[in-house]
Amino acid sequence: MRILALDSSGLVAAVAVVEETETGAKTVAEYTVNYKKTHSQTLLPMLDEIAKMTELDMESIDAIAVAGGPGSFTGLRIGSATAKGLGLALNRPLIHIPTVDGLAYNLCYTDCVVCPIMDARRNQVYSGIYSFDGDRMNVLEPQMAVGIEELAEKLRSYDKRIIFLGDGVPVHCHALKEELLREKDIAFAPPHMNYQRAAAVGALAIQYYHEGKIENAAEHKPDYLRVSQAERERAERQKALDGGR
Amino acid sequence: MDEEKKDILILAIESSCDETAAAVVKNGREVLSNVISSQIELHKLYGGVVPEIASRKHIEKINQVIEEALTEAEVTLDDIDAIGVTYGPGLVGALLVGVAEAKAIAYAKKIPLVGVHHIEGHISANYIENKELEPPFLCLVVSGGHTHLVCVKDYGDYEILGRTRDDAAGEAFDKVARAIGLGYPGGPKIDKLSKEGNADAIVFPKAHIEDSPYDFSFSGVKSSVLNYINGCQMKGIEYNRADIAASFQKAVTDVLVENAMHAVQEYGLKKFAIAGGVASNSTLRAAMKNACEENGIEFYYPSPIFCTDNAAMIGVAAYYEYLAGTRHGWDLNAVPNLKLGER
Repeated sequence: MRILALDSSGLVAAVAVVEETETGAKTVAEYTVNYKKTHSQTLLPMLDEIAKMTELDMESIDAIAVAGGPGSFTGLRIGSATAKGLGLALNRPLIHIPTVDGLAYNLCYTDCVVCPIMDARRNQVYSGIYSFDGDRMNVLEPQMAVGIEELAEKLRSYDKRIIFLGDGVPVHCHALKEELLREKDIAFAPPHMNYQRAAAVGALAIQYYHEGKIENAAEHKPDYLRVSQAERERAERQKALDGGR
Repeated sequence: MDEEKKDILILAIESSCDETAAAVVKNGREVLSNVISSQIELHKLYGGVVPEIASRKHIEKINQVIEEALTEAEVTLDDIDAIGVTYGPGLVGALLVGVAEAKAIAYAKKIPLVGVHHIEGHISANYIENKELEPPFLCLVVSGGHTHLVCVKDYGDYEILGRTRDDAAGEAFDKVARAIGLGYPGGPKIDKLSKEGNADAIVFPKAHIEDSPYDFSFSGVKSSVLNYINGCQMKGIEYNRADIAASFQKAVTDVLVENAMHAVQEYGLKKFAIAGGVASNSTLRAAMKNACEENGIEFYYPSPIFCTDNAAMIGVAAYYEYLAGTRHGWDLNAVPNLKLGER
């Protein structure tokens, strides 16, 4: 089985082709770019490069995996629309990988508890809590938008060593180490594991595929974990009005 | 080699504002399907288009809309020769959905990608029902976001003669509609209410720009409507909403007609067309028709369904760009402030 994986949820644009072999997931090609160009300018040219380099016949792809959120709203839609267009044209299913799950899968095979933290602004991080049995991922807490203190509270109940990764690490590592989780055994992933990687999204997608967690390209949409600002403000106004009655 | 001339089929995608649209167009003139999913009801809650909500709706609907367009046209992607897509101007987040989708489809099917300017699409809407229309002609593009007086010299060759200095005509309609309590979108509502009013009841100013005879300004007339309403309220006088609608509409229409007729004569053109959402306005259509008759000019206008944002018009424009050899790369980006004639 062959999976094309895309992740444009954050700063990096990432494309990979991953195959299932008898010994596990094999990365045929992986291309990651962290540059000032927009994902709209990079994502498809990157796929084209990979296809040329690896003599990839697009028809040979069984499914298209995409990091489906959370992340930058616009970035997510560029990845989703690309995946939806490919799915429609090739008549292949999509596999929606929650962004935080995909990020956690960078560290599969570890026996520590894995906690990705992505900067979500508004005093929150996007996070989740995971463990692994070899390459099998267990979701202990599904991805969420959460305050760092509340996240630390959740993590206190785990006895194992906790590894953090993600673009939220530089922002929060000091507070986690020196204050919030001082009594815990915690560690931080090395920088080259800190960003979204399409190879991890693709490898996790193989698991999803076997579990039947696939979707039709038409029904796929990003999972932003947040409503738009206009909707939030409207709800607040509505609430204020109701409260005034 | 097949000597017979092959038909060219374009699948077109449009997502620059609040309609998700796809269409299949044959040989640039025949619309095989034209599917539009409008989000207008959703945006009414906010009194205007909310970019983030528009973008979210586009991604939810886009595949369905494309599939429906193909089914309705009784073709498959294998029959399509090129993908046309609006890449500007418009809301960047909204445009990006259509652009990314179009690129992925074109890439997977190994067919050319043709980026289209939204205004070029509106102008090209006139080719659909007027098979005999060919450049050169003058076109007035009036919508919620645009007011352009364009000399169409040839397919894909445009000279902008005039544009609005401030509000677009449609924007002024929306603002006045809100002021007299008609709600969003204002154009059709003012058009309807104006039929019950007297267009000569109130004289609102018509702005002419000193040094550029084809430019427009609509913020002045909008302000004077607001001032008029304010004045009435201060004096405790009841104002007639229908009269305001009719008089405001006349002030806008008169300027559009005057500038357009002036340009047609200066440039020695024999044909004149209107396009864009406001081109559906019945008063504007009637006034333009009259003026053209008086001046011996052939008048063209699209049906309302091709005036509103739609993908059929993008397919028509893409066809002529395709013939001219325009091809975009996989790095095509959305350009929210794209200029007409820019590549």
